[in-house]
Amino acid sequence: MSASWATHQTLLAAVRRSGRARSLRAALLVAPAAAFLAIVFLVPIIGFMLRSVDNWEVPEALPRTSVTLADWNREGLPNEAAFSSLVLDLRALDGASAAALARRLNYSRTGLRTLILKTRASADAIEPEKARAALPALDSQWENQDVWGTLRNESSALTPFFLLAALDLSRDAAGAIHPSRDGALYREVFLRTFGISAAVTSFCVLLGMPLAFYLAAAPTKVASLVLALVLLPFWTSVLVRTTAWVILLQGQGLVNQLLLGLGLIAAPAKLIFNRIGVYVAMTHVMLPFFVLPLYGVMRRVPREHLRAAASLGAPPLLVFRKVYLPQILPGVMAGALLVFVTSLGYYITPALVGGPSDQMVSYFVGFFTNESVNWGMAAALGSLLLAAVVGIYVALAGPANINPARTV
Amino acid sequence: MREKPHDPLTGRLGKPLISIVAWSVLAFLVLPILVVVPLSLTSGTLLTYPLPGLSLRWYAEFLGNPVWLAATRNSLALATGVTLLATPLGTLAAFGLVRPEFPFRQSVTALLLTPLLVPLIIVAVASFLAFSRVGLSGGYLSLLLAHTALALPLVVITVLASLRTLDPWFERAAATLGAMPAQTFRRITLPLILPGVASGALFAFVTSFDEVVVALFLGGPEFRTLPRQIWSGVRESITPTVTAAAVLLVLLSLLAMAAVEHMRRQAERSRMAGIGGAP
Repeated sequence: MSASWATHQTLLAAVRRSGRARSLRAALLVAPAAAFLAIVFLVPIIGFMLRSVDNWEVPEALPRTSVTLADWNREGLPNEAAFSSLVLDLRALDGASAAALARRLNYSRTGLRTLILKTRASADAIEPEKARAALPALDSQWENQDVWGTLRNESSALTPFFLLAALDLSRDAAGAIHPSRDGALYREVFLRTFGISAAVTSFCVLLGMPLAFYLAAAPTKVASLVLALVLLPFWTSVLVRTTAWVILLQGQGLVNQLLLGLGLIAAPAKLIFNRIGVYVAMTHVMLPFFVLPLYGVMRRVPREHLRAAASLGAPPLLVFRKVYLPQILPGVMAGALLVFVTSLGYYITPALVGGPSDQMVSYFVGFFTNESVNWGMAAALGSLLLAAVVGIYVALAGPANINPARTV
Repeated sequence: MREKPHDPLTGRLGKPLISIVAWSVLAFLVLPILVVVPLSLTSGTLLTYPLPGLSLRWYAEFLGNPVWLAATRNSLALATGVTLLATPLGTLAAFGLVRPEFPFRQSVTALLLTPLLVPLIIVAVASFLAFSRVGLSGGYLSLLLAHTALALPLVVITVLASLRTLDPWFERAAATLGAMPAQTFRRITLPLILPGVASGALFAFVTSFDEVVVALFLGGPEFRTLPRQIWSGVRESITPTVTAAAVLLVLLSLLAMAAVEHMRRQAERSRMAGIGGAP
């Protein structure tokens, strides 16, 4: 009894050991790819998202002031120590850091750029002990409580400033959150992004369902031709397809030539650099991503079910509603979700065929990175976009169902 | 066998209607791409029909222009590097992920596929900022790393799909006949999944060769790829040279697509044969 028990235990341990060895081997096979993606992909994206709350510029440039202001209760003006710390901090700054600080503070309160640069230029002449009187004498803004309030807001290592700005909100000098003065600038961009994606998704459903249905029901020879015709745009680069639409839709483009020749319009219609161009080109790009998976789902619906329903006397519409639709609906939803979240991140197509009022969130992420070099703002808009894409996808599809965007 | 009553779904009228709609949608999908081809062959300078005549002058212009040639060379070198890096990494990962005993299989698979979900602009800006921090600003190496991250999930998916259809009886039979694991892998498994690996490699190549957003941000002024060159052409003014370059990209995509389809069919056929011959 005890001997067989011991054997049993030894065997069990051996099985467990070999199981462990096998999962270790499997993990070792995945490790290089996982490590590569972690370093090259995840770390940069996390770092990018952190930039949206990162506020190193002000605490780094004004270390003493930041510490002193942390104790200020925002009532009246800060104490004398804050004034003298500011003079000492500004004295220690070199030209480039002063310019960076001035630019950063100017995002939060217009006018601070000039004030900071002006004060730094005179900082060497001001004695720190007499700063409480000398700074207001230099510029009366130093007697404005709100200027100090803004300094205090921006002197902590983390700031909600950029994320708030990306939602058209701002924090006033007293620390309360209000709608920002510029109006609903980015909220409009987000709404537009969602609107364009929703429109493109419905176009894809409207055009893609009949095509996928036809493809699934066609005899083999026709089906392979149709499949090849769907795969051609699927494999052709987005840039080339967008270029084709620019050529087709421009003023003297083929579509306008055709419409003019048929007498349907009297003068060339504006089909590009507006919303029409964006809808047409984006639907063209996304349609194969909707049709191909749906085709797979439709092909698996057993024809017998449909015939059985029909033989029981159900008219086509009833067969469709009661038998067919429930079986393909998961495929339609999955395809629509894929089109929707992919569309949210579109960059080059709206940039090439849209006008200024058709640009989506991605465009502004690029704009703040390249043109206005405001990385905090780029990161805030990018983080909100990424949160929307991943959030919607995971909520609706489940985390394990991240699906191939470019596979058949 | 093939008696044809009315289709239970479409009825008598629905069927022709759906064919008309389906072929119109197909025309919408395919014609824009096909229309560009003749335009690149124009003998004139305008991108309008009717063409004044046919000529290869714009292709000659493309081949004679050092800027376009350098961009083509850069793109080829980049896509080749990405393929050589992503294919082995992705194939190994697929071999690990296919094993049922792999710990946290679902989460790790999801993690490996995230690059497919993240908007390209975020990949572009995030790697631009992170790579320039470590001194990798612009050029071949930074694009090689970023494009490999984008291509990796496609290799994983493609190889994983071909591993899942692999008949485990082949490996068991080889083991029964006395083959060592390494031998089984080399002589049985590898030949069977090779089409899947090759398709994954082609996906990786095309992903990098066609990519423009990341190339725009990471390439810097000195490393211009073919899509980036086309992009600036479209932004400024589309010349027939730009359309010639676009047609070359279409041809490359067509080749890759034909190769992948060919391998898919062959794999299907060998699988059928395998099922027929299995005990």
